[in-house]
Amino acid sequence: MEFSYTDEQRMIRETAEAFFLDVSSPQAVRQAMGQARSYDPELWQRLCNELGFQAMIIPESCGGLGLGFVELAIVLEQMGRRLTCSPFFATVGLATNALLLMASEEQQQRLLPAIAAGELTATLAWTGEEVGRAGGRWDESAVSVKVAPCQGGYTLSGRLRYVIDGDTADLLVVAARAAGSEGRDGVSVFAIPAETPGISRTWTPTLDQTRRLADIQLDKVFVEADQLLGKEGEAWSEFSKALALGKCALAAEQLGVARQALDLAVDYTLEREQFGRAIASYQSIKHKAADMLLKTEVACSAVYYAACVASEVLSKEGDAAIASELHEAAAMAKAQCSDTVFFNAGTALQLFGGVGFTSEYDIQLYFKRAKASEHYLGNGAWQREQIASLLIDGGGLS
Amino acid sequence: MKLTFSNEDERFREEIASWLESNLSGEFAHLRFRGGPGDEHAFPEDRKRWEQHLAAGGWTCIGWPESAGGRGASIEQQVIFAEEYARAGAPGRVGHIGEGLAGPTIVEFGTQEQKDKYLPGIRNGTDLWCQGYSEPSAGSDLANIRTRAVRDEASGRWAITGQKVWTSLAHESDWCFVLARTNPESRAHHGLGFFLVNMHQPGVTVQPIEQMTGTSEFNEVFFDEALAEDIVGEPGDGWRIAMTLLGFERGVSTLGQQMQFQNELNDIVKAARANGAAWEPTIRQRIAEAHIGLRLMRYNAMRMLSADSQESGASSLVYKLHWSSWHRNLGALAMDVLGPEAELLAHPPYELTRLQALYLFSRADTIYGGTNQIQRNIIAERGLGMPKETKGR
Repeated sequence: MEFSYTDEQRMIRETAEAFFLDVSSPQAVRQAMGQARSYDPELWQRLCNELGFQAMIIPESCGGLGLGFVELAIVLEQMGRRLTCSPFFATVGLATNALLLMASEEQQQRLLPAIAAGELTATLAWTGEEVGRAGGRWDESAVSVKVAPCQGGYTLSGRLRYVIDGDTADLLVVAARAAGSEGRDGVSVFAIPAETPGISRTWTPTLDQTRRLADIQLDKVFVEADQLLGKEGEAWSEFSKALALGKCALAAEQLGVARQALDLAVDYTLEREQFGRAIASYQSIKHKAADMLLKTEVACSAVYYAACVASEVLSKEGDAAIASELHEAAAMAKAQCSDTVFFNAGTALQLFGGVGFTSEYDIQLYFKRAKASEHYLGNGAWQREQIASLLIDGGGLS
Repeated sequence: MKLTFSNEDERFREEIASWLESNLSGEFAHLRFRGGPGDEHAFPEDRKRWEQHLAAGGWTCIGWPESAGGRGASIEQQVIFAEEYARAGAPGRVGHIGEGLAGPTIVEFGTQEQKDKYLPGIRNGTDLWCQGYSEPSAGSDLANIRTRAVRDEASGRWAITGQKVWTSLAHESDWCFVLARTNPESRAHHGLGFFLVNMHQPGVTVQPIEQMTGTSEFNEVFFDEALAEDIVGEPGDGWRIAMTLLGFERGVSTLGQQMQFQNELNDIVKAARANGAAWEPTIRQRIAEAHIGLRLMRYNAMRMLSADSQESGASSLVYKLHWSSWHRNLGALAMDVLGPEAELLAHPPYELTRLQALYLFSRADTIYGGTNQIQRNIIAERGLGMPKETKGR
């Protein structure tokens, strides 16, 4: 049984752990939160140039490192631990996955080398106003930008909401639907440079200041035919896989956030004395911490599993049987990690007592990131309903 | 990092699966899916014969070293064996305490003479064992044992006096391994001995405990100057041996247990589809949660079993708390899916349906083998380095 890191993977983890501990200190995070881009471009360039993490899952033929999703998950977990402010998640966890699954060989050659070189950031822009209906509907019904064919290409119009790094990304991977289409039909996906005429982008200030969201207005944006990714009107099936990979990536990051919330809480309770001893020695505190570790461990298993499945999905010679578990694995990982990250951050906040409520302590930043990451791509309840649908209605998870 | 077993292990899987398929027939056909947790009173005599049949096929004690008469099977193969055993619906093992606990202890700590004397009976399925640990005043605080062992200087033999409780299968067992105090002045985990006691003697009385299920899987065992056949190790070694023994299991049975859980969950989903509960949003959430919990239990077990993983320590610490809590929730879910029908017994006077038995028995899971509260103490202390609570006394 080899359901554990290889030596190489362990090395990547140690490298990532040391790097983010160094460059993504609480001071650095707070500084980035106040900046116009919400991340430090210098740190992003160091990450790209010194470590090449952004190139991990890009094939060597496109200038990448050709590593798997397990390696990506390792890095994301470490970024989560430090709440690293960076375009990494949107560029790699969301957009690169979509390009790997959907772009033609020629399109990949055009776009991926720039991402691998750290010269291009990107994001997925796919949710319209409808995504907020009934507390969050992260499926095909969220796609509402309209696309119509025209001479030499297509015209896109509509409003995109809650786009991660939407105001700073260089490239937008946009999902749109044909007028009159419904459900999974009529969905097309495009790779669009953010500077294309007709696109206006507005930063929307957020509760979690470590990750930025934006509104994007598309006003008769013209895109060329070769910017279409996959098949016109039939892209949902592949796009939903990209979203599933995004869930796996986000779950890995959540695991790191959850782990760090636990570690911070334990460290604090070991230091803090009341009634003449460290509060960590009281069972009421220990049992809360034990519950956090239990959830974290289960979340870790979920991330390992999902990352293994995602690796098979991205690999050209991947095991088809394992790859077919993608939607279920992603939903399970996102459900478990969403619940865990909120539980851990909330419990940690409680264990910090009064000081946790101050802006000076960092635990509040984890508490805010927890809720934000819980919502994106669907919270635990949403994922469970997807699973229930698969189990009970046999509807399939796509 | 891999999700799959090796080809060699998969071939082993096929071998055991096909053996079970062809042998769980004829005189043993009625034992399928019987005798598991909560059903341990079913067909004891037939299950003893099955145990011996299994032994004749070479399928008992496969994890024991070859020198002790086992196959020296790897952890992976033991896990696969347990999984396929459960998948085939083979009956609850009456020999599991001998195979999993008594035998490995004797292999590890026993003399050659003891090995020759006890191991063959366990391996052949002819000698059944039970475990004499818990006492009325030694539950979570297991070291608070009061059962005494007194050595008769003339014969050199030890006489055991005291009471054990929650002893599974005592009424079917031939032997019991007993933790008893060799030094009356000693306290806690000091001064204990590890004794092998023949159950068929006048000084041993077994009294079944009627449980809230109406059945009696557990017993009280009274020792009144019962003679121990042997002591393993030296007087005073008892606690160390007992603690080592707890580590022997090493998650071997996990995937087999999960297979049983899967059958239970399948029954619940089936019932929910039948009465429409499956389309109630809150029930759907709970079914999905159960499904996710069980799937992830498998990956927890795989992490735990992946040798020399730096991360496997914490995954084994939390394992019991995870499955016991999950199973207890499953029992409640079963009742909530059935609604008013959950009240109706299978037969009078008090025969439970399978799901009713699940509901009641799963309450024991969070208590035996270390309560959830004790588990949380252990997790916090060993997994997170939090200080121990000051002890009383």
